[in-house]
Amino acid sequence: MLLKLVPENTNVKFIDYRKAAYVLSLVMIVVSFGLYFTKGLNFGIDFEGGIMIEIGTEGPADIGAIRSAMSSLNMGDVKVQEFGAPNDVLIRLEHQEGLSVDQVVEEVRKVLASAIHGEINYRRTETVGSTVSAELISDGIMAVVLAMGAVLIYIWLRFEWQFGMGAVIALLHDVILTIGMFSITGLEFNLSTIAAILTIVGYSLNDTVVVYDRIRENLRKFRKKPMPELLNLSINDTLSRTVMTSVTTLIALSALFFLGGEGIHGFSAAMIWGVFVGTYSSIFIASPILLWVELRREDDTSATPGIEVIPPKKG
Amino acid sequence: MLNFPRWKMILISLVSLIGIIMAVPNFLTEDQLKNYPDFLPHKKVTLGLDLQGGVHLLMEVDLTEVRKEKLESKRGDIRDALRLAKIVLRSSFRNNSIHINLTDKSQTELALEVIRDTVEMLGSSLTGSGVPDIEYEVVDNGTIVVNLTEEGLVLRGNDVITQSIEVIRRRIDGMGTTEPTIQKQGVGRILVQVPGFDDPQKLKKIIGKTAKLSFQLVNSSVGVGDRVPPGYQRFPMAESERRTGLPPSVVASKRKILTGENLVDAGLGYDQDNRPVVSFRFDRVGGKKFADVTRKNVNRQFAIILDGVVISAPNIQSPILGGSGIITGNFTVESASELGLLLRAGALPARLTVVEERTVGPDLGSDNIEAGKIAAIIGLLAVMVYIVLSYGMFGMVANFALMINIGMIFGLLSTLGATLTMPGVAGIVLTVGMAVDANVLIFERVREELRSGKKALSALSAGYDKAFGTIVDANVTTFIAAVILFQFGSGPIKGFAVTLAIGIATSMFTAVSLSRMIISIWAVRKRPTTLKI
Repeated sequence: MLLKLVPENTNVKFIDYRKAAYVLSLVMIVVSFGLYFTKGLNFGIDFEGGIMIEIGTEGPADIGAIRSAMSSLNMGDVKVQEFGAPNDVLIRLEHQEGLSVDQVVEEVRKVLASAIHGEINYRRTETVGSTVSAELISDGIMAVVLAMGAVLIYIWLRFEWQFGMGAVIALLHDVILTIGMFSITGLEFNLSTIAAILTIVGYSLNDTVVVYDRIRENLRKFRKKPMPELLNLSINDTLSRTVMTSVTTLIALSALFFLGGEGIHGFSAAMIWGVFVGTYSSIFIASPILLWVELRREDDTSATPGIEVIPPKKG
Repeated sequence: MLNFPRWKMILISLVSLIGIIMAVPNFLTEDQLKNYPDFLPHKKVTLGLDLQGGVHLLMEVDLTEVRKEKLESKRGDIRDALRLAKIVLRSSFRNNSIHINLTDKSQTELALEVIRDTVEMLGSSLTGSGVPDIEYEVVDNGTIVVNLTEEGLVLRGNDVITQSIEVIRRRIDGMGTTEPTIQKQGVGRILVQVPGFDDPQKLKKIIGKTAKLSFQLVNSSVGVGDRVPPGYQRFPMAESERRTGLPPSVVASKRKILTGENLVDAGLGYDQDNRPVVSFRFDRVGGKKFADVTRKNVNRQFAIILDGVVISAPNIQSPILGGSGIITGNFTVESASELGLLLRAGALPARLTVVEERTVGPDLGSDNIEAGKIAAIIGLLAVMVYIVLSYGMFGMVANFALMINIGMIFGLLSTLGATLTMPGVAGIVLTVGMAVDANVLIFERVREELRSGKKALSALSAGYDKAFGTIVDANVTTFIAAVILFQFGSGPIKGFAVTLAIGIATSMFTAVSLSRMIISIWAVRKRPTTLKI
């Protein structure tokens, strides 16, 4: 007997819950914005500039001792935190006026050598200058905006503009909620977060496109069916696939999250969140939005302007 | 669906096989790779710094300095040329341009002609013309204003970057480390990555020094507090020399007898007392010139100046005719060999400043690889089990396609010389999750077709056909995101984008063509009437 998470012939009235979904999404979006402007994001040095040092100690590290040793340096705002393991510590400093990075690192090494017993392994040092971090921010924003623009154009060409708009609204929704998630959890927001956001964009879109494809197909098949019913039918048709793919992706991501090491913890956490949000938004946001606009359904294949992929010849 | 043409089968099998063969070296140890047949590819995936440890430096070339230097040398050239033509003038710098005032304004025409002759054409000789390095005009009050052209500056800037990259490469090679990556990035930036190296200070010491060396005659009649006569300049004495009781500065002629460019070799040597020194040899022209100057200036002092600091100011006891010499000073073995290396590799044409620096210790690198490997293997196995539980025999076909897919990703990464980073590993794991999507779309469609009452074979065929358009749409959108990531990402993010893009391409192939082929072969053989899916 084969495993089926979704029973055959489901008929969940997804579209009937759209009002509740809009309210839920709106609340989450407002909360995300609120958090962003009050709590803010825990920017990594990629975007904020500064110096980051990761050290490994012989036994469990005495965070308090490290913190007081660091504050004796009078180097302004210093963050000391455990990183994945009790003997792994992350130290963040700001750029110091009049001191080169090497001098700062040298000072840190000196005070730590006397504050910590045993050998210290300098696992990683990173510094990003302020011009570079500013560029990384603008490049990151640019990448997300461009990706959305490109996708809008692609879907517009493949479907109709209404679909493109629906997809992009769903994407914006996903991106905002992901940023909200980063704010609420305080996970470090860095370059790999941008990569995660763009992958979420790709994933969520993947999901949306599959549902849209089915909507388009059903629009041609059932000319007379009322829109809400037709949307429900399409979502239910693809539900089994949606769940299946979400589960396989979640399995792979969980392996990364639990076993992949501290370095990609934030990345996999963002992606796991993204899979949930992306799946939710395809069903509850991207699809019902199509009710707001008039979709053409009178003519058949000519309703799809632009590129048409020719299916392979039947064998 | 059912009659797969033979050529298509051969093509699909061949592509899969080539992909796998390209991936094989990654799973062999170095010893096994030595005994591996020569006609097969040997390239392995390059690991990013986060996976093998190393230093990453992003450096910015100081282009304003390049402009200033060029402007100064141009002013000298023009002044010399005008004086040669017996034109009397005063010249000055104003707003990045040279202002020339002729004493006799009637000579303006002649002067312009002389200036025209000093114009250098820069750029490709292929197009024939090139770009002039300067432009000039006569402004209202009769002053000739000379400007550097923007195009010329851009070309000059590119030259500086290219030269710097070469010099940096020579210097790093001289350190004996393996396979550094040195490349231009954006405008005016150079990226240096040295894998397996975790001493950024040493690296910066080696590549951060401009290492401009010159030999200039000392004017020993000017004391420490005296005014410096025209044509001379005061240079500070190196710290290590000052400690031995030498004066804090030296006044030397602005004219450079010789520069580092005249050196053909330099390295660690020892003097009579067995103290470390830097020994060097001039090229033929340099040797001759040095012999001339030293013959004429016996008992005078000359200064050896490195990046504006006097590192040694020896007396010329007798003419130095052999074309070689030593630089004494308070060197250690290490600092002498370091300076030797810098001189051998040549000077950087401009100053470099580090704007981004990342160092990953070797332990962290290997930890990352281990964690990545385990996560990838466990993730892959779990996904495969789930797929088989869901789709039975068809799931096994999908899993086979998935394995080939991963093989092909590694094969392509190795062949393209792409770098595998930790986010790249995440990209592969993610592809594992998403690659099955194509098969899921197909299998779900087949289930639907079966439910709607189609016979086994036509349901299979319809499933593949109808899912295809959706698969293309779904993958193209993710691919767009990957391409944009690649364009705008840097470092590790690029690595992630590459694996994601490659993964999408190969998964389209394996999930659609390969799995379809296997299932159609099976269907033709068995002619099933029911499908367990």
